[in-house]
Amino acid sequence: MTDAAAPGKEEVRVGAAPIDWIPIVLTATVALAALPLVGSFSTWVTLTVAGLAMGMMIFIMASGLTLVFGLMDVINFGHGVFISVGAYVSLLVLWPLSGWVNSPSVALNVGVFLLCILLSMAATGLFGWAFERVIVRPVYGQHLKQILVTMGGLIVVEQLIHVFWGPSPITIALPESFRGAIALGPGMVAERYRLIAVAVGLVVLIAMLVILNRTRIGLLVRAGVENPEMVEALGYHIRRLFVGVFVAGSALAGLGGVLWGFYQQTLTAGMGLQVLVLIFIVVIIGGLGSIGGCFIGSLLVALVANYTAFLEPKIALVSNIGLMLIVLLWRPRGLYPVAGH
Amino acid sequence: MLARILSRDYPRSRPLTLVLVLILFGLAFAPFVFTGSQPLNVAAKICVFVLLVAAYDLLLGYTGIVSFAHTMFFGIGGYGAAIALARLGPTWEALGLGIVSALVVAGLLALVIGLFSLRVRAIFFAMITLAVASAFAVLASQLSGFTGGEDGLNYQIPEVLRPAFRLLENPVLGTNVNGRIITYYLVFFVALAAFLVMLRIVNSPFGRVLQAIRENDFRAEALGYPVVVYRSIASVVSAVMAALAGIVLALWLRYTGPDTTLSFSIMIDVLLMVVIGGMGTLYGAVIGATLMIIAENYLQVLMGRLGEVSKGVPLLSALFSADRWLLWLGILFILSVYFFPEGVVGKLRALALGRRTETSAGER
Repeated sequence: MTDAAAPGKEEVRVGAAPIDWIPIVLTATVALAALPLVGSFSTWVTLTVAGLAMGMMIFIMASGLTLVFGLMDVINFGHGVFISVGAYVSLLVLWPLSGWVNSPSVALNVGVFLLCILLSMAATGLFGWAFERVIVRPVYGQHLKQILVTMGGLIVVEQLIHVFWGPSPITIALPESFRGAIALGPGMVAERYRLIAVAVGLVVLIAMLVILNRTRIGLLVRAGVENPEMVEALGYHIRRLFVGVFVAGSALAGLGGVLWGFYQQTLTAGMGLQVLVLIFIVVIIGGLGSIGGCFIGSLLVALVANYTAFLEPKIALVSNIGLMLIVLLWRPRGLYPVAGH
Repeated sequence: MLARILSRDYPRSRPLTLVLVLILFGLAFAPFVFTGSQPLNVAAKICVFVLLVAAYDLLLGYTGIVSFAHTMFFGIGGYGAAIALARLGPTWEALGLGIVSALVVAGLLALVIGLFSLRVRAIFFAMITLAVASAFAVLASQLSGFTGGEDGLNYQIPEVLRPAFRLLENPVLGTNVNGRIITYYLVFFVALAAFLVMLRIVNSPFGRVLQAIRENDFRAEALGYPVVVYRSIASVVSAVMAALAGIVLALWLRYTGPDTTLSFSIMIDVLLMVVIGGMGTLYGAVIGATLMIIAENYLQVLMGRLGEVSKGVPLLSALFSADRWLLWLGILFILSVYFFPEGVVGKLRALALGRRTETSAGER
């Protein structure tokens, strides 16, 4: 749980409000409590690594949504489609460079993986900018229309994916050296790709924390989430800041889409909407607008999903909803409620 | 008399009245006016969707909250009737049990969702209903022993409602009055009665409070109306009505499956019907449902043909293939929310109002 404690440390340095440790401890407790239920230690490790990997990916995809909401009170139901677009754009790299994917050279494998990520992030960032202009901008401040229009945008783009890439699911292969599992200890194995996903997630998390806490832009974003009018009154263009965050959030959703696509190894246009449901549960659990809450929420949701899928597959389908209801009973505004929202 | 039936909520526009009367008579005499099974199917579907869309408008148009779980309640109604009839046999007792349990489950579920998500912000409601509805859809397709999974359920309905049943020996106006027509009138009158009940609800003091909440929830709360309670009740009423629509659809189709009740594209259909007809007027539901269903049944064929014609052109044929129906619905939906938010009914009423003020200005 050391990575989860990181955002807390940063906040102390800035001298902000004391950190709320209860949700962090709760997540660790859930993970430990699952150990006796699962029974075998090595299975538990496998499940936990899978949960962490899934949680990291969900966090990458959800962080943009929650920041956008915190800054401008915009809830983007179209966010899910950036995930699908990101995953499908990676095909533009994977198909022509299939030789790199199947080559045993680690360098070529990493190269094609990074190319996928770069191209997808660029494409979804650009696409996010256009989406904000065309779909979101005309309906600022009108929640009802916002929900309707962004949902409409999701449907249209999903259908456009069908037009360009065809309606049937597309299977993709992991780069050669990302396949298989490695032994962590006696009897304990973890799939390589899951560890890679955790690593990428950690890099994104650290980069995000550094930008949010150590740079001027990050300061403005955090201030904007707390009190947008005041930031505006001090002479900063909150709108421009917002567009920047929207684009960054879309690019992160695209990155998440690439990671998720490799994780599932099957692409469908509807994958974005499926993940969007998870993302909504995560941001509601975490508290709308809170980055720390989004991170804890992602881990909690993913861990619980993996444990229940092992223990009782039928319950796993509704475990997320159950988790959300329990959290909302305890804290109606989510684990880390953001002031003013 | 008419004032009581319509709860003093008139169409308030002459063309609108004309169209509504036409639709009412068309639906009321559909079995005798049209021949063949296709038009009767369309008419029954219009009845079901008028009910479904009006129930949704109660939430979206009158209370100002967005729900993505409307098809879930529709499905609860459909599956309630279907499971009861499939398990207990085609008797009226089984049907009654199915109806009661479906309505109770729908109402309770809506109440729980409302109490959980409407306490904080209305925006939670949209997100949580989306999550719950998608979980429900997965559940319905996974618990195949109970729901028939992706294949759905086929079942028999009580004997009086079957096509083989003859009510009268001789045909009336050239049509045999069989069980199919009795079922049609069951669908029609349930939809009509439920519609009038909802018209009564939105024109009651309770309905006024809902509209006050839509306009300014903070002020409504300050005036002493508990917003959460009112929103939750609205959501329960809407859910029960949606379940009722699901039940009559299940009776009409004698089949219930994910595609007929739970699919996301039905949710989009309902949204589009509400917006095109006009949010915040129940008459809009009638117009929207009728327009869209006729378009779906006849335009989709046209689109398929356009796709055939443009077969040689690669991208164009993909754009116009009949499978891409949802793409055009989505575009139409976005455009109508932007440029046509008042819908057909709102536009017609504004026109009538403009003419009235013009004439009164001329008299002066």
